[in-house]
Amino acid sequence: MDKSEIREFEIRQVLEAIHFRYGYDFRNYARASLERRIENRVHQSNLKSISEMIPLVLHDEDFFDLFLKDMSITVTEMFRDPEVFKTIRETVCPHLKTYPRINIWHAGCATGEEVYSMAILLEEEGLLEKTRLYATDYNNFSLNIAERGIYPIDKIKGFTENYLKSGGKSSFADYYRTNHESAKLNVALKENIVFANHNLIKDGRFAQMHFILCRNALIYFDRKLQNRVLELFRDSLIPRGFMVLGKKETLKFTSVDSDFESFEPKEKIYRRKLDV
Amino acid sequence: MYEAVVIGVSAGGLDALSKIIPQLPEDYPLSVSVVQHTRKDMDDFLANHLDGLSPIKVKEAEWQESLKPGTVYIAPSGYHLLVEKDKTFAFSVDPPVNYAIPSIDVLFESAARVYGSKLIGVVLTGANRDGTKGLKKIKEAGGLTVVQEPKTAAATEMPRSAITNVNVDRIVGLSEMGTCLTELAKEH
Repeated sequence: MDKSEIREFEIRQVLEAIHFRYGYDFRNYARASLERRIENRVHQSNLKSISEMIPLVLHDEDFFDLFLKDMSITVTEMFRDPEVFKTIRETVCPHLKTYPRINIWHAGCATGEEVYSMAILLEEEGLLEKTRLYATDYNNFSLNIAERGIYPIDKIKGFTENYLKSGGKSSFADYYRTNHESAKLNVALKENIVFANHNLIKDGRFAQMHFILCRNALIYFDRKLQNRVLELFRDSLIPRGFMVLGKKETLKFTSVDSDFESFEPKEKIYRRKLDV
Repeated sequence: MYEAVVIGVSAGGLDALSKIIPQLPEDYPLSVSVVQHTRKDMDDFLANHLDGLSPIKVKEAEWQESLKPGTVYIAPSGYHLLVEKDKTFAFSVDPPVNYAIPSIDVLFESAARVYGSKLIGVVLTGANRDGTKGLKKIKEAGGLTVVQEPKTAAATEMPRSAITNVNVDRIVGLSEMGTCLTELAKEH
């Protein structure tokens, strides 16, 4: 039998075991990067084969936590792709401004850099006070980091550069305090943020949103799951509500393509149509 | 017969690719995917630049796009580029590998799994060791491994590391690389 068929079987079994034991469903994740994560864990835990993960997943919660912790770390930064934030500031905010209350959903907020960026932007546009930001993720390790709002100090230089490019109106240094190894974001930024566990794969809508940000999460899903998640976003948005995807993500070929219009095509900002 | 080429390049890459890619014919029978380490705000400069120089079509790789023969795909900055089993591109924002995103190893290892012996892996100039592990995987999967002759490389560490750690099939100077890849594509 072909080695790769055996490997494929092992991976399927590991994903089944994770789903059975903990309810996390990675079965419809895009495979190539998920398999890398699994292989890294096999390597770092000195296992001889992928299938050795199965008894560990089933019987050793600490082992599974290691895997979940691996999964919680992605490359992100405050004001990542600053031109997106600049466009939000200039073209989406004038619309948001007209609502008496604003709900914004950071779906798959990971370690929180984006939701704090948004809070700063809203503060500078005078909108933070009437906004509730929902920052959700399936992964509690990510959520804990997000909720703490403390980031390594060596990230600050990059964050500051991005902030300036995003059209920041103040000084980025006003938003954090440092000690020698970390920077803590001002607690005031958190006041209107609700951090909550929400799993895009199985959980439903929970509020009417004016704006949904989901950047670089869809790239981890297969097409079926992408459609599921995008339909959830469509159904959560108010008519004419806004949605922004990651710079390289697109609605093309998805089941909701005709329910949205491109608002700022270059920055992947979409707007839900009136009647869908 | 080969089906795909993957190329990894770092420091000195703009010049190296500007010599190699224009040598590929418009009807080159393989797909060519390139990871060039870049600054994060490079956007699609490299793809546009090479497309202007080359008879073969050069473009930035798009998410979920099918890999087609006769096309050179450049990895976008800020994302790892991977190949899925159905021969489409996948992206990730997983942590950097060898301090790099996109990482050459990430592309090479996923492509090795998909294409096996139908893959040609090429490591060019660079001042780090990204690509060595990936090239090894390509070799193990039965693919062909090609490295730029370090003497002709602007930065020698990356090709040297590949040659030291992998029993490579070909070591080729910069000016012959395009012709070499064209000839290899004709092999059965």
